[in-house]
Amino acid sequence: MRVPISWLREYVDVPEDITAEGLQAALVKVGLEEESAYGFDVTGPVVVGQVLEYVDEPQSNGKTIRWCQVDVGDGEPRGIVCGAHNFHAGDKVVVSLPGAVLPGPFPISARKTYGHVSDGMIASVRELGIGEDHDGILRLAELGLDPEPGTDAIRLLGLDDWAVEVNVTTDRGYALSIRGIAREYSHATGAAFRDPAKHLPADDARTAVEETPVPVSVDDRSPIRGRVGCSIFVTRVVRDVDPSRPTPAWMVARLALAGIRSISLLVDITNYVMVELGQPIHGYDLDKLTGGITVRRATPGEKLTTLDDKERTLSPEDLLITDDSGPIGLAGVMGGATTEISDSTTNVLIEAASFDSVSIARTARRHKLPSEASRRFERGVDPAVAEPAAARVAQLLVELAGGTDTGAVYRVGEVPERESIFLPQGYVNGIIGADFADGEILNALTQIGAAVQPVDGGLTVTPPTWRPDLLDQADLAEEAARIVGYDRIPSVLPVAPPGRGLTREQRLRRAAANTLAAAGLTEVLAYPFVTTAANATFGTPDGSPAHAFTLVNPLDPTSPELRTSLVPGLIDIARRNLSRGFVDLRIFEAGVVYLRDPERRYGLATIPSGTAKPSDDELAALAEQIPQQPLRIGALFVGNTIERQPGQGAVPAGLSDALDAAHQVAFAVGAELRIRQGSHAALHPGRTAELLVDETRVGFAGELLPALAEEHDLPRVVAVVELDLGALIDLAPREVVPTPISGYPAATQDVSLVVDQAVPADDVLTALIDGAGELLEQAHLVDDYRGTGLPDGAKSLTFALRFRAPDRTLTAAEATETKLAGVAVAAERHGASLRD
Amino acid sequence: MPEPVIPEHAVAEAVENALAAIRECETLSELKSARSAHAGENSPLAQLNSRLRDVPNDQKAASGKLVGQARARVNQAIAAREAELFEAEETARLAAEAVDVTAVPSRWTAGARHPLSLLMEHIGDVFVGMGWEIAEGPELEHEWFNFDALNTDADHPARSLQDTFFVDPADSQLVLRSQTSTVQIRSLLERELPVYVIAPGKVFRKDELDATHTPVFHQIEGIAIDRGLTMANLRGTLEHFARNMFGAEAKIRLRPNFFPFTEPSAEMDVWHPGAKGGARWVEWGGCGMVNRNVLRAAGVDPDEYQGFAFGMGVERTLQFRNELNDMRDMVEGDIRFSQQFGMVV
Repeated sequence: MRVPISWLREYVDVPEDITAEGLQAALVKVGLEEESAYGFDVTGPVVVGQVLEYVDEPQSNGKTIRWCQVDVGDGEPRGIVCGAHNFHAGDKVVVSLPGAVLPGPFPISARKTYGHVSDGMIASVRELGIGEDHDGILRLAELGLDPEPGTDAIRLLGLDDWAVEVNVTTDRGYALSIRGIAREYSHATGAAFRDPAKHLPADDARTAVEETPVPVSVDDRSPIRGRVGCSIFVTRVVRDVDPSRPTPAWMVARLALAGIRSISLLVDITNYVMVELGQPIHGYDLDKLTGGITVRRATPGEKLTTLDDKERTLSPEDLLITDDSGPIGLAGVMGGATTEISDSTTNVLIEAASFDSVSIARTARRHKLPSEASRRFERGVDPAVAEPAAARVAQLLVELAGGTDTGAVYRVGEVPERESIFLPQGYVNGIIGADFADGEILNALTQIGAAVQPVDGGLTVTPPTWRPDLLDQADLAEEAARIVGYDRIPSVLPVAPPGRGLTREQRLRRAAANTLAAAGLTEVLAYPFVTTAANATFGTPDGSPAHAFTLVNPLDPTSPELRTSLVPGLIDIARRNLSRGFVDLRIFEAGVVYLRDPERRYGLATIPSGTAKPSDDELAALAEQIPQQPLRIGALFVGNTIERQPGQGAVPAGLSDALDAAHQVAFAVGAELRIRQGSHAALHPGRTAELLVDETRVGFAGELLPALAEEHDLPRVVAVVELDLGALIDLAPREVVPTPISGYPAATQDVSLVVDQAVPADDVLTALIDGAGELLEQAHLVDDYRGTGLPDGAKSLTFALRFRAPDRTLTAAEATETKLAGVAVAAERHGASLRD
Repeated sequence: MPEPVIPEHAVAEAVENALAAIRECETLSELKSARSAHAGENSPLAQLNSRLRDVPNDQKAASGKLVGQARARVNQAIAAREAELFEAEETARLAAEAVDVTAVPSRWTAGARHPLSLLMEHIGDVFVGMGWEIAEGPELEHEWFNFDALNTDADHPARSLQDTFFVDPADSQLVLRSQTSTVQIRSLLERELPVYVIAPGKVFRKDELDATHTPVFHQIEGIAIDRGLTMANLRGTLEHFARNMFGAEAKIRLRPNFFPFTEPSAEMDVWHPGAKGGARWVEWGGCGMVNRNVLRAAGVDPDEYQGFAFGMGVERTLQFRNELNDMRDMVEGDIRFSQQFGMVV
């Protein structure tokens, strides 16, 4: 809401020297947050000039300029070059003299142009910032003005006015008016407030229904959520207006500051009253109406051409204004073209109505027509202001457009009685935690316009008609605190009962991320929006269709799905970093993926109400609706893991890094990870590992298919890993039971086993461990040899073994015997033989 | 008097020769040869020693002592020289092994946590320290939790496609949560009263990415429901929190505002003593007393229990706490950004 200061002053006492900052500071105290400030940004000598004479001078560029002699009230006429042709000798115009600055900023100086020294500039409304029209210069006669040359045009046109913009929260629609803001300024400062709705000329004599030329009826056969679409409809007729009269400069300036473009006097008046009182007004050309007005819902397929010249197909939920010809307006949103006020209108029917906020909101949204009117109706318009607003329009049509007020006022509907709210003694301080005196609370509520009645044990409060948001005692507590001042709320730290600290899962998640960071990976946070192709490629390890969710309204239509894997996001971020000149990259992300259950139909037949706790059955149904969103941790490596350095060659990134990261995560959460040869549609067929805890698959690691890497502008070798971190934590043992440490010496031996190349080393190792039993303390692979001396297709695996007994020193013979027991199992399972 | 079997001068001479040879050794290997020559099996002293069996019995003790002492002197000299030479050689070896410690190859790369993650953990710790607990909820949420239970009417503008991401088809009733307030209702449904929880998490709104907006961002939501909690307790909690974030002089200012899920509601500003260009008030988030309808939706009797909730953006907090101009740096994943923080925010 933009508030011109001159307008505000009409209804509340504002100090003469107030600044925009001062006004904003006052309004923010009562909850109207400042947005910005506006002025016309016109300074310096801008005066009324009278064109005495001019000469048309054709130019070589095809244009014809006018060399004008202009009287600006300082004796000698000034020579000014002007490109416009919409004026005559004798016209009064606005002249910016050298030294003036117009909006832009556009400083004016005497300058040489088209062979003359132009001693100023004749301004258009656009150059002055009060309109869009740039077809020609502003002739003051068009505004009905005939001032003396030399008159200060800044004052004359109201260009010294300024406005502040405040943000009005959705619960306080009444503040979308000068009336509402003036009231709030008064709350903030104690300044005297004069309600414009109560200061109109004495009520005209009401006439009966028969005497109105346009009978009105409301016929809403399908109210939305039980609320009739129109509760009040006030009409009033003003005849014989002169539509050709100009809108006064002060009104144009105020509307411009309020963000509304001047269109014509009649339209400007309706807009002016809307901003002043918060009541949207629609004006009809009375002579274009056919028969009476009926407010009803649209029928399916019905059409209406709105003021913006768009034909709209209506929904049965749309509330319409109709006459005998059919629809003539979308109620509360936008009028129709056939009955609109035009420059030939002489008789005006004024409509000031109250429409249901939900109905208007839905229609405005459905037709993408957020208007100044719909914005106000959505937030609630004071039903009691309809009549005063209609009267104010009539008053202005008489004063400014020369019309005759017929005095005929017709109203359908009554201003609803507000229910009172009981505010128990002590409630306000009990929720605010302050020490407001009873009198302060009573005063505050009275100030906001409520009727307050002290009763036994508290107050009975009837909120004013313009506050539909005040429904219960908590609302009243806020009002009391708002008016008395939030700065009166003390600061008291509450003491919570002892808590459990972080949960095991919360601790381990942090450990996993910290471990990867300590191991040299950088954490990134990707958006979860991905392409369909990305989910198809990475969403399922075996390449079968990924069951992903698609958004109705994605930010980027090319990435409409929610991720089912972290890898696409990592690839995206890797590409961005590489494009910025990085070569070596180690990144990770911990985040959820979103898995759609293809078997489930999402959506409940009825959503439980939000006003009471759902039943256990309803809660269970809601819980079932929540999709699986497992927490994953993924990493990506490109370039070198260790850079080339003095005395050390570069170590390129690859599968090792991906597997190490998997082990680091498992280590951090205390899980024991197993690696198995695997396959994945997006990964190198020979360099893909399945990651398991016991027999449960918890993730994969591998190198991207080179073609896929190339497609994403990445180098040939890109190693990735993705683990289900939640599952990993879940599968990890809850506690560690250490075995006692033996103090007896160890015996070490190596063993080389020849097996088929297809046998995974880890399987051979497992066989060795299984066969050797408890005396084998530690075993690891130290060499994988293929080549001379071995049969074709065979490899020799060398393991380093360490034996130890808990209760004695092992002899060499015992160690050998143990080793051979292991070899025997490896031979049995995998055909392993000892290498000579 | 006949010449003794082991003449004293012969012993002395052998010792002299040995000591001279040992002194002349410059390396451990020379010393090894000298040891062999002067203390080995065929050395003069060994030969003298072997004559002991020919010494008459009455002289045996004296001769034995003479030779024994001589051999001991020689062995001592060898040991001493060996120690000297070893020391010298080790010193030389160490000198040869010296490196430029500023150019030793590294096998480690510095990684980093994302500062938003670190900040959320830090905030969580502040509240855990007060006895609060960290609560969580799903990012893809049913509309009931995101709207209905939070007193957000079916026709509220926030429920439009302009503001909230909906899963297709829209009657799936699934949205990417637009606020962590969903965790309020979940906490109240799942926990025993009183409830004091903090919920950091990711939220989603249909904003284009620019210097101050991102469609995916993080919030910290707090909720406390107990008997007799007031807005004064809200302010006290926020002030304690603010002091942990911004220093001992931080304080909180409340301004009236509107949120469907709180009443009374407030906008909170924090006095940021360390702000660049001088201490100032900074808009921090929204808060208020939990709306009675929200309590009802969670099955809490609003006449018995009341409490407060607050929420603030983590990006925004990081932005003014650490003087970051452009929010895009936080979301693009340029590793230079996070690496400035390392493990500490």
